Order: sequence, then C-alpha cells, then structure tokens
Amino acid sequence: MRKAELVMALVMGLFSAYLMWKSAELPIGWIPEEGPGGGAFPFWLATGMLVCCLWIIARWFKRSSTVAASTDQYMDAATLRLFLLVAGALTVMIGLIHIVGVYVSIPLFMVFYMRYMGGHHWLPTGVIAVMTPIVAFFFFEISLRITLPKGMTEPLFYPLYDIFF
Amino acid sequence: MEVFDHLMQGFAIALQPLNLGLVIFGCALGLFIGAMPGLGSVNGVAILLPMTFLVPPTGAIIFLAAIYYGAMYGGAISSIMLGIPGASTAVATTFDGRPMALQGLADKALITAATASFIGGTISVVLFTLFAPPLAAVALAFGSAEEFALMMLAFATFIGLGGDDIPKTLFSIFIGLVFSAVGLDIISGQPRLVFGDIPGFLHGINFLVLAIGIYGIGEMLWTIESSKGDVKISQATVTVRRIIDDLRTLKDTFKSIVMGSILGYFVGILPAAGATPGSLMAYGVAKTISKHPETFGKGNPEGVAAPESANNAASTGSMLPMLTLGIPGSPTTAILLGGMVIWGLEPGPMLFIEHQEFVWGLIASLYVANVFSLLINVGFIPVFIWVLRLPFTILAPIIFVLCIVGGYAPTQDMHDVWLILIFGVVGYLMRKLEYPLAPAVLAIVLGPLAETSMRQALLISNGSFMVFFERPISGPIMAAAIVLFLLPIIKLVKDKFRTRAAGN
Repeated sequence: MRKAELVMALVMGLFSAYLMWKSAELPIGWIPEEGPGGGAFPFWLATGMLVCCLWIIARWFKRSSTVAASTDQYMDAATLRLFLLVAGALTVMIGLIHIVGVYVSIPLFMVFYMRYMGGHHWLPTGVIAVMTPIVAFFFFEISLRITLPKGMTEPLFYPLYDIFF
Repeated sequence: MEVFDHLMQGFAIALQPLNLGLVIFGCALGLFIGAMPGLGSVNGVAILLPMTFLVPPTGAIIFLAAIYYGAMYGGAISSIMLGIPGASTAVATTFDGRPMALQGLADKALITAATASFIGGTISVVLFTLFAPPLAAVALAFGSAEEFALMMLAFATFIGLGGDDIPKTLFSIFIGLVFSAVGLDIISGQPRLVFGDIPGFLHGINFLVLAIGIYGIGEMLWTIESSKGDVKISQATVTVRRIIDDLRTLKDTFKSIVMGSILGYFVGILPAAGATPGSLMAYGVAKTISKHPETFGKGNPEGVAAPESANNAASTGSMLPMLTLGIPGSPTTAILLGGMVIWGLEPGPMLFIEHQEFVWGLIASLYVANVFSLLINVGFIPVFIWVLRLPFTILAPIIFVLCIVGGYAPTQDMHDVWLILIFGVVGYLMRKLEYPLAPAVLAIVLGPLAETSMRQALLISNGSFMVFFERPISGPIMAAAIVLFLLPIIKLVKDKFRTRAAGN
C-alpha cells in the first residue's frame, strides 16, 4: 500500500508537471484588454495538482495519513490476476472493434467472460452473447439511428440497411 | 385565479390522447435511459430530438420533457441496484442508496427515491407555476461573479463536508477542472491541451467519458475485486405489505425531502448550476441538519431522499430560466432550447404571451409526467430487483458492453471509448488509494462554466479578484465557500490542540 501510494503520487505529480508545461503553450499571464490568457486557467489548476501531490508525498514520509501508514497489501496475486484478465479482455474487445466491429467483438467478449470467467453453461452464454448485439442493433441503429462501428463486417449489414432504412 | 385558469387550459392540452401517450412513452423511455449507466437525460434528449419531428412541436417538447423527468427517476435505479449512477444527477444517490441495497433494503431505497422524486417534482412544479415571473427576475440579477461564487460553493462542500482526505479531494477537483479545459479555448478559440496532437482531444473531454470511465468501468473493476468475481446478491423482497411499510416509514425523511425539493428548485433555476450540484448540495445539507450524521454513507434513507427530491426539483427549476429568459439552466434544457428554436418557439418572456397554449400545456404535462413516472417506477420494482438477482458474471459483461456502446453513442468517436477505458483503470487504481473521484466528475461538468464566468468577471474587474467579494450576492456566497474550505483545517487544528492537551 505504501509503495503504491508513493508511486501514484509521483506519477500524478509528473502528469501535473506535464499539464503545466502543455498549458504554457498558450499565454498564461494577463493579456491587456483581453483578460487572462487561454492557458492561465489550466496552468494554475495543474499547479494546484502538483502542490497536492507534493502534499501527499510529504505525508507519505511522515506516515500521517491512513493510506500512507497502512501495511495492507495493495493487490494480492489473485486480485492482480483478476484485474489483468478483465482489463486485458476489455482492451482486446475495444481493439477488435476497430478491425471486426462491435457485432463480432462484443459476442466474443461476452463468451469469454461468461464461459471462461463465470463458468456458465453454453446455453445461457450463447443466448446472451447473441441477444446483446441484436438488442444493441435495434436500440442504437434502428431506434436511435446511431451507426455503431463495424470494421470489416460493414458489407454484411447492407441487406439489413435496405430492410430498415 | 388567472394562473389556475391557464393551468386548466394546459391540462386540456396535456391530456389530449396523443400528448398523453407521448408523456407515458417518454416517462417509460426516460426511466430506462436514466437507469442505463452512461445514458442520462442529456443523451436521451439529444439523441431522440431529431425523431420528435414526427409529431407537432407541443407534443415533441412534452415528450422530451417527459424523458427528462423519467431519467431523473431512473437514475436512482442504477445508483441503488448497481452502485453506478445512471446519470451524473444521481451520483449523490449512490452514497446511501447502494449501502441500503447491500443491506437488503433495496425495495425501501427504491420506494424512497421514487416518492422523494415525486414530491420533489410536484413541489417544484407548483413553485414553477406560481412564482415564475418574480423568481426569474432574481436569477436575471446574477452575473458572472455570482456564477463563479456559486461553483466555488459547490466545490467547497466537498472539502468541508466530504469527509475525505483533503489533498486527495483537492487533487480530484483540480484534475477534473483541467480535463474540462481540454479542447478549444472558449475565448481565443485556440487548441489547448491537445495531448500528443491526437485530433480526438480537439472536441474536448466530454464529462460523460470521465463519468462512464469512473462510475462504469472503474466501479465494475472495484466490484469484481471486492466480490472476487461473484457479487454478494442482496436479498430484496417486494410485497404490497412491504411497500406499504416502506411508505409508512417515509415520514421520517419528510424534512429532507422538503428541504431537497426547495434547495434543488432554487439551485436548478441558476443558469450555472443544475441537478448535479443541486443533489450533491442537498445531500450535504441533509447530512448537516440530521440528528445522526454518522449514519450517512452507511444506508440512511434520508441520504437517498434528499438528492432524489433535489434532482427532480432542479430539473423543473432549470426549465424556468430556459422558458422565461432563454437561458438554459442545465445541459438538457440547453438542447430543449435548441429544439424550440427549430420549431419556431423562441424562448423568452414573449413566449408566455405569444404561445400561451404551448407554455401551459408543457407545465401541465410536467404534473402528468410526475404521476406516470412514479407509477411506472414503483410498478416495475420487481423487474429492477430481478436485475440484481442475475449472477454477476452475467451482469458484468452486459454492463461493460453498455458502458462501451453508451460511451460511443454521444460523439461516435472510438477515441472516447479508449479514454473511458483509461479513466476506468486509472480511476480504479486511485480509488484503491482512497482518492475521492466524485469531485473530479463534478469539476469536469462545471469546469467550462467556471472558467467562462471567472474570466468574464476578471475582465470586467480588470483583473481584480475582489470582484467576487464586493458584489452583494456573490460576496456572501464566497464567504460561505471559504468557511467550508477552512472547516476541515479548523477541525484539524482543534484536534491537535485537544490531543496535545490530553497528552499533557
């Protein structure tokens, strides 16, 4: 927990410094007749972020906050494995949307999650994995008219477009 | 009783079969949209607006207002059942609604939320009907200094009343405000904080992206960890007897409901604020005036009643400046305003004279929408509880998919979906270290308004920060904000003295 607290404060501190530098691309001072420059608002807020990170680090050394004084483990091996599995599966699913579209990547993700992670039988897994994209299609594409990304599967939907639009 | 006559005429319009049907359909749809994580009233109204061209303008705006109302009720459902706010307006409802559901009191939390919403909606519509002209005059007197002061007050409530770690709360507010500044600078129009020159950042970071990331993906990761893949399903039984019992114990929360309704209504009127800060402020006040503030956050029904009455009251309140002055009181009313202009109904004081039928038809429809939202909400409680009974390994992937698709829908940009994933993962890691994340979400919503009002006020005052303290309305608000900011520091110093005195 202590190590994680320090690492997070350091990473966020670096991020704050980056934000300050990035904000300073626009004027951060007072422009006569125009008011504060475009970068002033984010610059001073990012400075505030940095101060908060330094404050958190100072307390880490003094062990004066509950987290900084905690001896609990940040993530045990089982939690880490679960976290990596879920976050990894999400990353793969979103990545696949670019290539094969939502109507392939969503069922794949759902099958992986329900069958492999949840240990459900093939029947409920299959029904939900097939129904979810169908419901999504009718809700988003038909009733809300929002085209979801389809990647290389786009041509397969042309006959459906002809029916509904 | 001129007002009463107008209202009766309005009911004659709102109860026409087509309009009544649109109200009922809108409420049901709004409840569903509100309950879905990632889709709130603002998405529902924005997305469905083009489809309302099928019906006459009065019907269209009645339909959209019903969605707005239904979504305010619906937001509470996912806050309670899943611990994920269905919309930013229901963030405060999770604080006590979720603990109640985990204790097996989901039915009570849902009934409390629905009843509080109904009372909040009704009180605010009555206020709207009776006091529209004088209250609009008050809101008109607000300048940029007052807007900024009010937002400072909203942030100060987190510091003074949030009870979380102070540097981490402050950090959360700052990072939310910085993210809100990404995109094009509002005054000079120059691109700002476009990380790595990725074009997706040019349209800014939508608050929904952060909200879905944190409250969707992040919350799910949190739930998976705390339940190790299988959530503890709360037992919630709904019988007519239990509902009657729940309604009977509601009188304990009556004070919070009335307070939330009135507070929410007035906060909703102000152009800069809306249902989200209104509900958070109502939660804070309910906690402060309660005899048992220590039970808040652990499943106190008052913690559900106060924000839920406030967000419904605020949604009505936010329509007041939109209709009377042409200034939207919330993002959702901003879209409604855009729609009205397309239909040739120019909002402003003249609307009450030139399109009397439309105005009173809309007001009457709010009364009707309130009744139907309550009936549909309470009637479908077993359906919502069935959702919780689903095994978590089935519910989790469905929610993940809803977050991804719901996050894609508003901007239709995969860039936002990736951001949702990043915010979700980082938010989860930060939450484990006790960083409060709600202030960041509030900050990203209020950020653009805070910056505009601050820059305008400073421009008028020629750079002097005294403008926020000298004006008769913003002065006291700023003073209250500063007191709230200093509250934890005073407490800290006091505690130190006490321990030192005890040590000696």
